[in-house]
Amino acid sequence: MSRRVADQPLIFARGLVKRFGDFTAVDGIDLEVAPGEAFGFLGPNGAGKSSTMRMIGCVSAPTSGELRILGMDPVRDGATIRGRLGVCPQLDNLDPDLTVRENLTTYARYFGLSRAEGRRRADELLEFVQLSDRANGKVEPLSGGMKRRLTIARAMVNEPDLVLLDEPTTGLDPQARHLLWERLFRLKQRGTTLVLTTHYMDEAEQLCDRLVVMDGGKIVAEGSPRSLIQSYSTAEVVELRFPDGLDGNAGYAAKLDGVGERVDPLPDRVLVYADDGDSAVAEVHRRGLTPASVLVRRSTLEDVFLHLTGRTLVD
Amino acid sequence: MTAGAVHPTVAVLERHLTLYRRLWQASVFSSFVLPVLFLISIGIGVGRYVGSIQDVDYLSWIVPGVLASTAFQIAIAESTFSVLGDFKWVRGYHAMRATPVRPADMIGGHLLYLVFRVEGAVLAFLLVVVFFGGLHSPWALVTPLVCALLTVAAAAPVTAFAASIDHDSYFALLFRFVVIPSTLFAGVFFPVEQLPAVVRPVAYVSPLWHAVELCRAATLGRAPAWPVAAHAGYLLACSAVGVFLAVRAFHRRLED
Amino acid sequence: MMTTLVASRVSPGRVSAVISRNVGALRSGPSYWIVLVSGFFEPLLYLLSIGVGVGALVGDLTVGGRTMSYAAFVAPAMLAVSAMSGALAETTFNFFFKLKYMKTFEAVLATPVRPIEVAMGELTWAMVRGSVYTGIFLGVMVALGLTTPGWALAAFPATALVGLAFGAVGMWISTLMRGWQDFDLMSTGQFALFLFSGTFSPVQNYPLGVEILIQLTPLYHAVELVRGLCTGVLGVGLAGHAAYLAVMAVGGLWLAARRMEKRLCV
Repeated sequence: MSRRVADQPLIFARGLVKRFGDFTAVDGIDLEVAPGEAFGFLGPNGAGKSSTMRMIGCVSAPTSGELRILGMDPVRDGATIRGRLGVCPQLDNLDPDLTVRENLTTYARYFGLSRAEGRRRADELLEFVQLSDRANGKVEPLSGGMKRRLTIARAMVNEPDLVLLDEPTTGLDPQARHLLWERLFRLKQRGTTLVLTTHYMDEAEQLCDRLVVMDGGKIVAEGSPRSLIQSYSTAEVVELRFPDGLDGNAGYAAKLDGVGERVDPLPDRVLVYADDGDSAVAEVHRRGLTPASVLVRRSTLEDVFLHLTGRTLVD
Repeated sequence: MTAGAVHPTVAVLERHLTLYRRLWQASVFSSFVLPVLFLISIGIGVGRYVGSIQDVDYLSWIVPGVLASTAFQIAIAESTFSVLGDFKWVRGYHAMRATPVRPADMIGGHLLYLVFRVEGAVLAFLLVVVFFGGLHSPWALVTPLVCALLTVAAAAPVTAFAASIDHDSYFALLFRFVVIPSTLFAGVFFPVEQLPAVVRPVAYVSPLWHAVELCRAATLGRAPAWPVAAHAGYLLACSAVGVFLAVRAFHRRLED
Repeated sequence: MMTTLVASRVSPGRVSAVISRNVGALRSGPSYWIVLVSGFFEPLLYLLSIGVGVGALVGDLTVGGRTMSYAAFVAPAMLAVSAMSGALAETTFNFFFKLKYMKTFEAVLATPVRPIEVAMGELTWAMVRGSVYTGIFLGVMVALGLTTPGWALAAFPATALVGLAFGAVGMWISTLMRGWQDFDLMSTGQFALFLFSGTFSPVQNYPLGVEILIQLTPLYHAVELVRGLCTGVLGVGLAGHAAYLAVMAVGGLWLAARRMEKRLCV
């Protein structure tokens, strides 16, 4: 076995399990993440994404199974591995009593960097996350999006081989999310390996080359966003909303049987999966049904998730 | 390691010092002014009525006591809210946990910072006391060392406690039932021999009493109650047990 | 009391972060009651340590022509301090907290209740808490032979007056506070009063200028009034001390109500 480090997967997991007492958070998952990849965990809250991330970040020991990060054992070589990771946690843990810049320079010292090197990287990274004008200000008055960008800058201060982002845009407004995505996309272009968790399908589609869908601690599907949509959904989806009657949406769904490839009644609407949405709509009208509203759209990961688990991602 | 590189323990110390640079003004009163006011009110005001005790004036007798209890209080106070806060609100320890910094480094950096804080207060107090004529022996020079040992002996177990609880109202109990009784009955203001025999062991358990004995022996230039090795050994034992418990508590809290 | 005060003020930036983020728990749940009950022990411990412990070194003390044990001299002072700090804790710390974070008062003031009535309500709670403390403390003093039951009964209303005076002024002060950092200033003042108001040694020993200065400050009058009653040394001076405290109570309430009108009923 003399594979060069560069060829090794950065993350390698086989049968990875994490249990808290009786509760199994992660239930035997297999993973491989290659250098330069942008890899995502998609799933609802409680799917086991964060527990997996904490094991990858070497702050939580696996209950069983094999896990290697950067070719090393996370339990034995935790400190060495963490020295080469950048972590952006779900809950902000910036230091409110330090300035924006001090948050970075202080953190740089945790990685053993010299003061001069810490200052140099801090200034460079503040430039990158567009916070240079706030460098000497306090953290507290920053907006949620700014704090998140600062946390990402902090995660980059040791020039990590692997960046872990746990729900990077949860709780941010749409504008802040787009700015953050744009910055993360730049990181990806630079060749930084990103691993992120999200319960937003648009985020996964924007950022991930490859992703796994998690549910109940298990991986239920794996692939690129495009291939997942191709395998588990149709090109287009028709969303129909009906006035009351016919025993609700289930009744309408029965009437729609055979339209498109699949029909899914939800509490508020009926989804019709079809490669050609327009002809599906025509068929709906031919059957004498008059929905209150009709929307034809592209299929998304949300549809994939709904198909795989029978539930929506964000409840 | 490259030039200018730093050990994680020192990096943690630096973080505390950076914070202290922003907040030091607030500590001036409690660390420097208050002990001196105490000395004037009790040492001089009440001392006038006490006259001499164990062949020295009362002021000289309580100087080492107030000195050690200042160190004791800074060590404990700085190991309560700020430690719990760095787990619960600021989450500074969680931030460190994602880096090569280990729990032992977090505790080491914290304790080094406290020693720094305590030494500042101790040196300022000694300087003032020289003008009051409160030091009677060159052995007074070892009191900063005794106070450093007391700092670790008192701060380490309290740090472990702060890392194990979930609500800060426990601190009020810690202060009222541990810190204040220790300060008031550990030989700072009157000899523990005056305490009823049943209560006296409580003073012996407190690390403060051992440090007061050592400091008093040093500033007055006489032998302490027990052999020096016994007092110092007790303080070392408290430190060792405290650090062990703190490392364990940090591991538990940061794991999962 | 004092030591807790010293300890909790070491890094106010951090402490205030804790306080402001820990809002709900301050006045609810069992922890509040534990803190409330344990608050009583502090003055008692001071009495035992300084009064009895150091008192054994001092022996008897002659003040104003009357000889008493040092513990009997210190005990009434600790009683007055306990009444003061109990009232201040409730009316400054908790009151400010509610004023600033819980918006309790804004909700109350939306009803026909007037600010002065809110202030009276707060003060009443502070008085109840303070009276329980001082009542038990007087009981301990009687048990230790530091006062007689008769004089303890006479001193009890005096401690209530002390609580009222400091509570009223404390409430006024908390309407003036800008943030938690101002509590440092207040506790600094409180601590200086604690050490130098004739609590541990008679003020006659201080240089004349200092003595006059002390006689202008409130805790001195509280200590003298309570001590006079506990030790049974009556004189016209006591009426003067009581008048000083009564003026504090009325003035404090009036100013507090005025500030609240300004702050809340803009």
